[in-house]
Amino acid sequence: MKQGAISYLPLLILAALWELVTRLGLVSRALLPPFSVVLVALAHMLADGSLLRNAVPSLLRGAAGLALAIVVGFGLGAGMALLPRFRAAFGPLVQAFYPLPKTALVPLVMVWFGLGDTAKIVLIFLGCLLPVILGTYNGIRGVDHVLVWSARSLGASRRDVLREVLLPAAMPQILIGLRTATAFAFLLMVASELIIANNGLGFLIGSLGDDGAYPAMFAAILTITALGFLADRGFAALSAHLLRWRI
Amino acid sequence: MTDKSVPTGIVITGLSHDYTPRAGTRVRALEDVSLTVATGSFHALLGPSGCGKSTLLYCIGGFLPVQIGSIRTDRGLVTAPGPDRGVVFQNFALFPWKTVLQNILYGIGKRGIRGAEARDRAQRFIDLVHLTGFEASFPGQLSGGMQQRAALARTLAAEPDILLMDEPFGALDAQTRRIMQEELLGIWRQTGKTVVFVTHDVAEAVYLADEISVMSARPGRIRRTLSAGFNRAADPAVFKRPDFAEQVELIWQMVRAEVDDARRPVSA
Ligand SMILES: Nc1ncnc2c1ncn2[C@@H]1O[C@H](COP(=O)(O)OP(=O)(O)OP(=O)(O)O)[C@@H](O)[C@H]1O
Ligand SMILES: [Mg+2]
Repeated sequence: MKQGAISYLPLLILAALWELVTRLGLVSRALLPPFSVVLVALAHMLADGSLLRNAVPSLLRGAAGLALAIVVGFGLGAGMALLPRFRAAFGPLVQAFYPLPKTALVPLVMVWFGLGDTAKIVLIFLGCLLPVILGTYNGIRGVDHVLVWSARSLGASRRDVLREVLLPAAMPQILIGLRTATAFAFLLMVASELIIANNGLGFLIGSLGDDGAYPAMFAAILTITALGFLADRGFAALSAHLLRWRI
Repeated sequence: MTDKSVPTGIVITGLSHDYTPRAGTRVRALEDVSLTVATGSFHALLGPSGCGKSTLLYCIGGFLPVQIGSIRTDRGLVTAPGPDRGVVFQNFALFPWKTVLQNILYGIGKRGIRGAEARDRAQRFIDLVHLTGFEASFPGQLSGGMQQRAALARTLAAEPDILLMDEPFGALDAQTRRIMQEELLGIWRQTGKTVVFVTHDVAEAVYLADEISVMSARPGRIRRTLSAGFNRAADPAVFKRPDFAEQVELIWQMVRAEVDDARRPVSA
């Protein structure tokens, strides 16, 4: 625990530097409000409920898109890893889709699914899908076949093997994919809300920026950063628990 | 120990096996192998490294498709893996995400045994392989020899009719190896399982087996099959008997001829 606290020291130093350069006038306050001023704005937004009001819909969109991507991505990844025909059908699609920056899909998805929640969830889903597919595919393809053999000779059916051997053996790779997907979920959540929305953290940042309320805008950015950081830490803790066998 | 397995023999006829790697050329690993392992007998396989001992075991296990020839047990033709044929793999193949206890419970559970009965059975086999106290360890936390014993316990606890063992004591020190040999012989005498046992140790083969097959270098064929039968003696001093030493020497000569053969550069 002590170790953990110390590892956050660089963040404290960064905050202190931020305060210092703005107080000393090295950076114009119009470009970067002092850290303490941002914290005050943050406290106000917490008190008047505007932060919570916008954070909740954002997180719900992110969670919905991510959950959908996990379910579909696992299915596609496992199908591609196990069934040659499935791989022949979906492999080229995945390869073609892979290098495309998913933010480029924002306008298209908005045209197809409108300006509401559906479009944003679809966008997050699409962005998160590939890392989940790739993690699952690579994970399952990399499983030592002798593990499958030993399960089968202990009485596992072909069906048992997926859940009892391939899934746990592929878990390290799958978790890497999920971690990337979580980061993408935050990215696409903010990007889609920045472009068009009437609530959400991305919307908040955009509208505060338009109004010139920079301390509040930085407070909103800080909030997203903190949420992303917390999600990632939570994820790392979950991984450590699931992979505790990997000394 | 109640064991619900049914002893069964193995009849292999004209078995050949080719590996076709995705990149590279086809390798013939087994050539026209015919072998009969009588019900309840202990059969050892000896031969130079790379001669196809593991491949033969994998074919009997049903992991590799039978390409040419046939393998038959009392249950019928071998076409797929099944819990009637238990395997101790050369590289253990424990589930790394399961503890020692969970690994051993896996096969027991597949037999439909659960709860306290399953745990009792698992514990008996953990004690048998001297891993008491390591029930909650993950395979990655164990030494090679300990992993090998855990794998042995996992296979034995699942009560297969036939035991296919790929150098199951290879990672053990001489002392532990001797103890495990005794335990295996004890179980074998009690249950009458059919055992196919791969080893590099000629004395181990002569000590444990009823019959010994010596395989040739690649492509693996059965060069000769001899009977040994010291295992019934139940005599710890059997190693000192002159006829035992003679038998070991004789088979050692045969194996060495095959190893030398394997070293000779391939020509014509
Ligand atoms: N998956 C594979 N693909 C191609 N060739 C293989 C494969 N597995 C084994 N071989 C080849 O088949 C031959 C027999 O291999 P096998 O593992 O059965 O030998 P072995 O007798 O068990 O050897 P060792 O005593 O070293 O364990 C070897 O020459 C090896 O090169
Ligand atoms: Mg081998």
